[in-house]
Amino acid sequence: MKKSLLLLALGIFAMGRIAGAGDLTGTISLKGTPPAEASFASKMQDDPNCSVLYAGKYPTTRFYVVGANGELADVVVSLQGISGKSTGASAAPVTMDQKGALYVPQMVAIQTGQKLIVKNSDTFIHNVHTTPTANPESNQVQMGGGADLTYTFDKPEMFLKFKCDVHPWMFAWVSVFDHPYFALSGPDGKFTIKNVPPGKYTLAATHRKLGTQTAEIEVKDDGAAQNFTFEVK
Amino acid sequence: MNQKYNPALFWFAVLNAVATFLLIGLGGLVTSHEAGMSVPDWPTTYGYNMFLFPVDKWIGGIFYEHSHRLLASVVGLLTTILAVWLWLQDSRKWIHWLGIGAFLLVIAQGILGGLRVRWQLDWLGVPHGAVAQTFLVLTCSIALFTSRWWIHSAAEKQIYVPRGLRSHVLYVTILIFIQLLIAATMRHQHAGLAITDFPLAYGKIWPATTPEAIAHYNATRPAGTFGNPITAFQVNLQLIHRLVAYTIFLGVAAAAGLARKKLGGRDPLTKFAVFWLVLLSLQIVLGAATIWSNKAADVTTLHVMVGASALLTGMLWWLVAQRRTRLAG
Ligand code: HEM
Ligand SMILES: [Cu+2]
Repeated sequence: MKKSLLLLALGIFAMGRIAGAGDLTGTISLKGTPPAEASFASKMQDDPNCSVLYAGKYPTTRFYVVGANGELADVVVSLQGISGKSTGASAAPVTMDQKGALYVPQMVAIQTGQKLIVKNSDTFIHNVHTTPTANPESNQVQMGGGADLTYTFDKPEMFLKFKCDVHPWMFAWVSVFDHPYFALSGPDGKFTIKNVPPGKYTLAATHRKLGTQTAEIEVKDDGAAQNFTFEVK
Repeated sequence: MNQKYNPALFWFAVLNAVATFLLIGLGGLVTSHEAGMSVPDWPTTYGYNMFLFPVDKWIGGIFYEHSHRLLASVVGLLTTILAVWLWLQDSRKWIHWLGIGAFLLVIAQGILGGLRVRWQLDWLGVPHGAVAQTFLVLTCSIALFTSRWWIHSAAEKQIYVPRGLRSHVLYVTILIFIQLLIAATMRHQHAGLAITDFPLAYGKIWPATTPEAIAHYNATRPAGTFGNPITAFQVNLQLIHRLVAYTIFLGVAAAAGLARKKLGGRDPLTKFAVFWLVLLSLQIVLGAATIWSNKAADVTTLHVMVGASALLTGMLWWLVAQRRTRLAG
């Protein structure tokens, strides 16, 4: 009985090796003090909806989402030089909400052909305006609590911008890849790219304000790890 | 040529010109508030007939964009009436066509604005801005041509304005128009201020625009610049805007000096030229204030309106000078 369990465990382990896909993980950190974020107060207080919603405590931009020990969120990490491998059509849709006149989340990454669903949880109007560089531009009406809007993008593009012109502080950035090998760093600075086939790659980490860093990596059967450190000068 | 002064027609033309000036201000507010795309549909507004769009939905950027569309409809109506009125009541053939020209231009302007929204062609904001300024010059010229002074000036002895002075003013006015094109291009980058200090630029007389320098500006730009990252092109554009501004200022100062010398300090055109110089000084202060306030919407919009006034002043000065010289014969 014990032996067969061991064998089974070995078998599963072996299958994992044959499938040959490990996770690529790492942590992104920030050195130095980022510039102060801008308060939306001056813009939001003129808006009757927002002045009630936030009652004097207005949110700010969130360009540098940094933890207590320099963990840096909202960094887009992706393998370079891969294309035409999109599994977006069969991937689960990603949802982005508009809540309190902000996009939640403000940083998104999807595949080409993958559905992005844009909701409006607010009781008031937004216009959902994309300003892409590679994909076609669009600008749509979304009334308070109105029906969801669904987007797909055919071409890969970094930081495709979503904005609302009714509320000129509302932005979100959607990076589109034509392969599944990408991830966003979380509030703990960590990222995981799942099931990367073994091999040598260039891994890139891009922060919207701090630019891109790359690393040459080798992914083995049990994955690989690579950290990045950004610096504000 | 036996046109009689028609006060009702003149004041109607003035009303149209004033409404156009306010419309430029409102258009400036739309851009200053980055609200040009806040109403995605046209000619409807969020699916409503634009004249029936409920007031409780005039929120945020929609307020500016929607009122801009409404005032534009008013100006369109006024211009149509003016064109018909001129056609029926004015005996000057050329002014009939000027009225038709204004009518066609206001229609074109409306369609340009509409297409910009419908096709998400934000850059159409640049020709839209240029046509707006041209249209303002046209409506104000019509008001001038129907004024008592214009019509009765033939009866009085006029003082000749030297050709050199007239050409000088015309060239400076053309330069102001070019400046408005540069400025409109700047504003439709939606990238926030490309240079954030004044009178220096990133602490230098001429800042670096290498890729490293641009990356550094982007990383360290003060917060509050929500738009796209800036590019070397945008930095250069603002530098050119500043240089052209100084050139225009010197040109207008020279015009005022020349007018004083050639026409004397008491001539109305000399006073008008001095007023022009005051406008330009104000414009440069407002340009600086635009930078120092990190593009506060009201300051920036004033800068747009005074810019339009500077163009207009040059053009009207030149027209009056031409008329006087013709009649001094
Ligand atoms: C001859 C003097 C000037 C004229 C006629 C002029 C005219 C204009 C106009 C008409 C606009 C708005 C364009 C539009 O929206 O269609 C504009 C924008 C602007 N001007 Fe000037 N300007 C002058 C001098 C200056 C100076 C000295 C500065 C100082 C740096 C300056 C800074 C700016 C800036 C930063 C903007 C862009 C604002 C934005 O992006 O919204 N201008 N100018
Ligand atoms: Cu909104």
